[in-house]
Amino acid sequence: MTKQFLLDGQPVPFEDGQTILEAARIAGHYIPSLCWHKDFAPHGSCKLCIVKAAGRHVSACATPAKEGWEVESNSPEMNGERRGLLQMLFVEGNHFCPSCEKSGNCELQALGYEYEMLTSRFRHFYPDRPVDASHPDVLLDFNRCIFCELCVRASRDVDGKSVFALTGRGIDKHLVVNAESGRLADTDFAKDDLAANICPVGVILHKREGFAVPIGERTYDNATIRSKKLKESSS
Amino acid sequence: MSPAPARKLRVATTSLAGCFGCHMSFLDIDEHLFELVELIEFDRSPLTDIKEVGPCDIGLIEGGVCNAENVHVLREFRRNCKTLIALGACAVNGGLPAQRNHLPLSECLREVYQFRPGIANGQIPNDPELPLPLDKVRPIHEVVRIDYFLPGCPPSGPAIWKFLTDLIAGRTPRLTGGLLHYD
Repeated sequence: MTKQFLLDGQPVPFEDGQTILEAARIAGHYIPSLCWHKDFAPHGSCKLCIVKAAGRHVSACATPAKEGWEVESNSPEMNGERRGLLQMLFVEGNHFCPSCEKSGNCELQALGYEYEMLTSRFRHFYPDRPVDASHPDVLLDFNRCIFCELCVRASRDVDGKSVFALTGRGIDKHLVVNAESGRLADTDFAKDDLAANICPVGVILHKREGFAVPIGERTYDNATIRSKKLKESSS
Repeated sequence: MSPAPARKLRVATTSLAGCFGCHMSFLDIDEHLFELVELIEFDRSPLTDIKEVGPCDIGLIEGGVCNAENVHVLREFRRNCKTLIALGACAVNGGLPAQRNHLPLSECLREVYQFRPGIANGQIPNDPELPLPLDKVRPIHEVVRIDYFLPGCPPSGPAIWKFLTDLIAGRTPRLTGGLLHYD
């Protein structure tokens, strides 16, 4: 008999070694995430997948499922925590959706809609993060970085180029480019790299195609991130 | 909609560091304006040209806070309005004007008034009647308490209508069915 745990009262089967998030997605249940990707080891930095398992708050992406656990995810309490996390992500960077090319395709924005975030609530940091437009095909707008390290992992583990890294601590943490000059143009980064196509927010942008799909017709303009992600994991 | 209350609700609106786009979007509720004027009357607003806000039920604030006059007007609205609402992206998070926040204010002023191409002998305006700019543009919730937030650049006419009808009917306003947008 397969092992199972209860997610919001619903039985979810799992195999040994699977995390709560993996098992839930495979079984057709949505637990939100920003830094998680099925092809990479869990990172556990965005904390959007926070659930209550056996009475404790854990990251569903990094916690192996256990037989008989009762996991609480889609509840007012957990969704309230997620809204708070989103609000902190919004004030920590410079997230101005109206002037962002990624608007409508952005997972951070889509999660804001999903959890009905109406205000960023806290005091904005307005950090100074200059853009890097040196590369012929790709623009880096660090203002929107949420430090998920998806580009870091993709560039290192798949592209074999190690173009990106995070440096600094706390409020000084930031994404850097692996070149003497610090400029993307001085790396072997290419627009077909996985790292160039994995950013969940609007940091890594392809030049000359920002508005090829107009605002209003984009991924999350007319569909929720919940429905899109569930469709992805079932296909 | 519930039947019109006996007393019309008094509504004030203003644009601080905004572009009046949210006010234009407000007018985009089109024929609902006829229903709305049965339920509300306007106090201070660009639509009435009343200059000082009086006691109101609802205050709608477009735009963030970029100068001393904005702070004054915002505090006057808070003092007079039972329910104060941040209308649109700039009021909610600073929006476009806040994009100057990573630059020193003096640099912005010099760039515009002294070094812009075509300007000869330019100088930074210093007339005492001009409100002093703040060093950073701030969303309004960082200055006064705000009761409700309605994001969007601008929030669509249908979003504003849904929000106002919820509020007037005494429900907690809720933007559902794709009405919530940040862009």
